[in-house]
Amino acid sequence: MSDAISKETLLDIHRRMVRIRHFESTAGKLMEDGKIPGALHLYVGQEAVAAGVMANLTDEDQITSTHRGHGHCIAKGGAFNEMFAELYGKVTGYCKGKGGSMHISNQALGILGANGIVGGGPPIAMGAAFANKFHKNGKVAVPFFGDGASNEGSVHEAANMAGLYKLPIVFVCENNGYGEYTPQAKHQAIVDVADRAAGYGMPGVVVDGMDAVAVYEAAREAINRARAGDGPTLLECKTYRYYDHVGIRGMGLNYRTDEEVEEWKKKDAIDALERLLADQQMLSADEAKAVHDEVLAEVATAIKFAEDSPLPDPSTLLDDVYA
Amino acid sequence: MAEAATKPRTLPYVAAITDGVRAVLNEQPTAFVAGEDVAEAGSVYGYYNGLLKEFGPERVIDTPISEAGIVGLGVGAAAAGCRPIIDIMFMDFLGECMDEVANQMAKIRFMFGGNTSLPVTMLTMAGAGASLAAQHSQSLEAWICHLPGLKVVMPTTPYDAKGLIIAAARDDNPVIVVLNKMSLAMQGEVPEEDYEIPIGKANIVRQGSNLTIVALGRMMHEALKAADQLKEFGIDAEVIDPRSLQPFDTDTVTASVRKTHRAIVVHEAVRFGGFGGEIAAQIQEQAFDYLDAPVGRVGAPFSPVPFSPALEAHYVPNAERIVAETKRLLGL
Repeated sequence: MSDAISKETLLDIHRRMVRIRHFESTAGKLMEDGKIPGALHLYVGQEAVAAGVMANLTDEDQITSTHRGHGHCIAKGGAFNEMFAELYGKVTGYCKGKGGSMHISNQALGILGANGIVGGGPPIAMGAAFANKFHKNGKVAVPFFGDGASNEGSVHEAANMAGLYKLPIVFVCENNGYGEYTPQAKHQAIVDVADRAAGYGMPGVVVDGMDAVAVYEAAREAINRARAGDGPTLLECKTYRYYDHVGIRGMGLNYRTDEEVEEWKKKDAIDALERLLADQQMLSADEAKAVHDEVLAEVATAIKFAEDSPLPDPSTLLDDVYA
Repeated sequence: MAEAATKPRTLPYVAAITDGVRAVLNEQPTAFVAGEDVAEAGSVYGYYNGLLKEFGPERVIDTPISEAGIVGLGVGAAAAGCRPIIDIMFMDFLGECMDEVANQMAKIRFMFGGNTSLPVTMLTMAGAGASLAAQHSQSLEAWICHLPGLKVVMPTTPYDAKGLIIAAARDDNPVIVVLNKMSLAMQGEVPEEDYEIPIGKANIVRQGSNLTIVALGRMMHEALKAADQLKEFGIDAEVIDPRSLQPFDTDTVTASVRKTHRAIVVHEAVRFGGFGGEIAAQIQEQAFDYLDAPVGRVGAPFSPVPFSPALEAHYVPNAERIVAETKRLLGL
């Protein structure tokens, strides 16, 4: 399965996942303790998707993310300091405290924004892919969106135009089984969102989103195809979020069972990859622990950076409304 | 760049639009036009006629009937280094893409802490008077002037159409150019050279001494007619065409009102909640002590735009309505 993937790549994917896991679990606690203002939509459980896709992208390639966007930004190279500072609303954050969790962006990393509007990203990514084709620059755009967003008209329009213009773009649907609190079976009549690809004249591919290697390989094929000028792909990754729609415990709404959550955790993508890496003698248990410890230390440093950073001065409010 | 002063020639408003877009495509290598029926058909009103042949299919692009997709295309391409001109055939279709306009295009620069510029120009067609009924005739500028991050201009003459389109395309912010379908045949002088009308600068189109009429879009021409009719009542009206609604040139308007002591605001949009209310408020905030009468407002009744010519003629403000409101206001 992973024969063609180098050890370096597998370790890279592993580290990206671990970075997301610890950033998110810590951020969730800080929000629930009232230290981070507002609402955080956390990515824990879905790490294999962001890590597996992003390991195929360069800083030059663009992504658009979602309200559940920290994982994408981290996997795309987002620095913990600037990310935590943004969550804290500090001037040292990626958006100078003006965007917050749902709007983290960075042009240098090709992050064209997380997005607070469900289905907001795909039209923008389609436009970026249009520019890439216009400039013939070989860049690929990747919009992430959920099963819930797949029902938004904006996603349909973006996918249709991407197929029509044969744009260098890969639509990555993270099907975590829920549109906010509504299970997929109650928000759409299909099981595989990828079925819709046929309607856009592009291949639809379903992959196990809890298997980072499978995601990596499927994304590689789709991204290579896009980069070669052969057009878009709709890549659906079946995954699951362990935490609530908002925060960790969230509002405690009765929309899924603890048993269901526990069943999915048995398929945990980080555990699975660590087993694979241990089997192949690429990463021992001690070495894996060292990765986790390094990342946790980095999280602690970033929280201190964020907490020590100044708040934005109210006089700067209007600075970025217009160029 | 200064406003043009040489090589005038006469063109209709529709051709001035073409001339402006052509100038942008010639000047800016990353500019392109995308929208419904803009390429092969040259747009339903013909204002992109010839541009496909001139610039090719990579720069003049027909899109599906997908307004959200069109605005998304413009926003994403702008964020990725292009300077798109996107066309929303009728302003009424903003409803189909309001998320992309209001939540994405307007806010991205701010939400991103200034790390992205969005040099997108949107051309869209507003205005009643062609029996196109309630969904193809609206003037919805109030919707978009309420959104920080957007600029909004309304060219009323061929000269301004070309100059404002060029200015919009050179601006690093999203600019919506609100065109008027009843003005398409209007003739006016349009220099061959490229020039811009500065965004945010009003135009005093008629000097006057004892009434200021601030008239948006096509209503500027009705205001000029009204000014002629008001002479017999001893009113010497100054007519101001704001040209740019966002940013709005409050200084020019209030300076005029300080001189004339009376003001009336005119637009084609529904009066209630219209942009005229904002202008009236600005005048009262900044020139209250100079006012000899309340600030008047003329706009459409609180009704959708009707179809029947008989109803529509009653609906759309005109010179007679401006005169009547002025007389009422001043007790003439």
